[in-house]
Amino acid sequence: MISSYVSRATWLHRVPAGPKLIAIAVLSLAVLPLTDWRWLALGLGALLLLYASLGRDMFGRLALLKPLFPFLIVIALIQAWMESWTGAAASVLRILLMVAAANLVTLTTTMQDLMSAVAPAFGPLAHLGINPRAPALAVALLLRFIPVLLETWSRREDAWRARTGRRVSLRLLAPFVGDAMRMADQIAEALEARGFDPSISSARQQEGPHDHP
Amino acid sequence: MTTRSLVRIALFAAIIAALGLLPKFDLPFAGGVPITAQSLGVMLAGVLLGPRQGAAAVLLVIFVVALGAPILAGGRGGLGVFVGPTVGFLVGWLPGAFVAGLVFQALPQRLPVGVSAALAAFVGGVLVIYAFGIAGLSMISGMSLAQAAMASLVFLPGDIVKAIATGVVTAATPAPIRVSRAVSST
Repeated sequence: MISSYVSRATWLHRVPAGPKLIAIAVLSLAVLPLTDWRWLALGLGALLLLYASLGRDMFGRLALLKPLFPFLIVIALIQAWMESWTGAAASVLRILLMVAAANLVTLTTTMQDLMSAVAPAFGPLAHLGINPRAPALAVALLLRFIPVLLETWSRREDAWRARTGRRVSLRLLAPFVGDAMRMADQIAEALEARGFDPSISSARQQEGPHDHP
Repeated sequence: MTTRSLVRIALFAAIIAALGLLPKFDLPFAGGVPITAQSLGVMLAGVLLGPRQGAAAVLLVIFVVALGAPILAGGRGGLGVFVGPTVGFLVGWLPGAFVAGLVFQALPQRLPVGVSAALAAFVGGVLVIYAFGIAGLSMISGMSLAQAAMASLVFLPGDIVKAIATGVVTAATPAPIRVSRAVSST
């Protein structure tokens, strides 16, 4: 399963998903109103130490912050120009701190554990006539079909290049979407043939091998 | 909800994810500017699936991003995205797809399908998403709304082009796939 998760046994991996999610929410709410760059720098320093304590491997995952840099540069320039350098520094440090902290949860928690941590929140779906396990099935289908779709796309692309000699065009998109939707309808038939019912509650739902990721 | 709509929602979400992972497209009608097709997928979700299923597909993408799957354009994903400067644009996808679907259904049938789809994609996929995106950027970065709007303007031309592309793709999509204008099965 694709994920940013790092398979290691650090102490943070052993902390259950629920407390980690709560901690990250509390931290974000606490950091958001801070405007003094010195406190934020201190916090970021502490977080870097935390990364380092989890091993060189995890410390290297700070590279996940790289895609933020263009945004941070624009934000820093606008703020430095219209307000002050200290304000710009505070903004950049605050964003780095919050994102690095949130990434830490993603890096040390499997998708399965996160899914189980939020699963109770789907209970009320039953009142809307939706099977509370429908979200898990939808997530599994989504993850399963990304590689399938990428594969069909690359076949279309090859055929397009062979026929036209030109670079890929958005023209390939309409038949691609059309095929995916036809595939969806076939999968739906197959699921129902195997006894999946999207509307009954989980109490009456029979165990099926295919409704869990 | 039927199994059919559930699977359609999941597969459209997979399309949105796949579009973010593909190499960039060169746009023939905009001087060959390279764009990622992911937000195009969001606009298409609202227009092709209708407001409710389209929004559900986008919600599923957002949920899976939160679970840690790196399926946003450029391989981004995980909880960090939700406290980053672009969080508003991501969250805005949800009302964006919904509004695009509503507008597409509300426009008179005598308009060409492509024109309706492009208009709907502009209202939902550009106006609504930018409203949320700019608010989010201002909240996370501490910039004023005007400054945040200024910083977001760089992306505006690409997104307007994507609204037009939504029209082109929708017009080329076979009618049975466009469930949104027929009686919805939700």
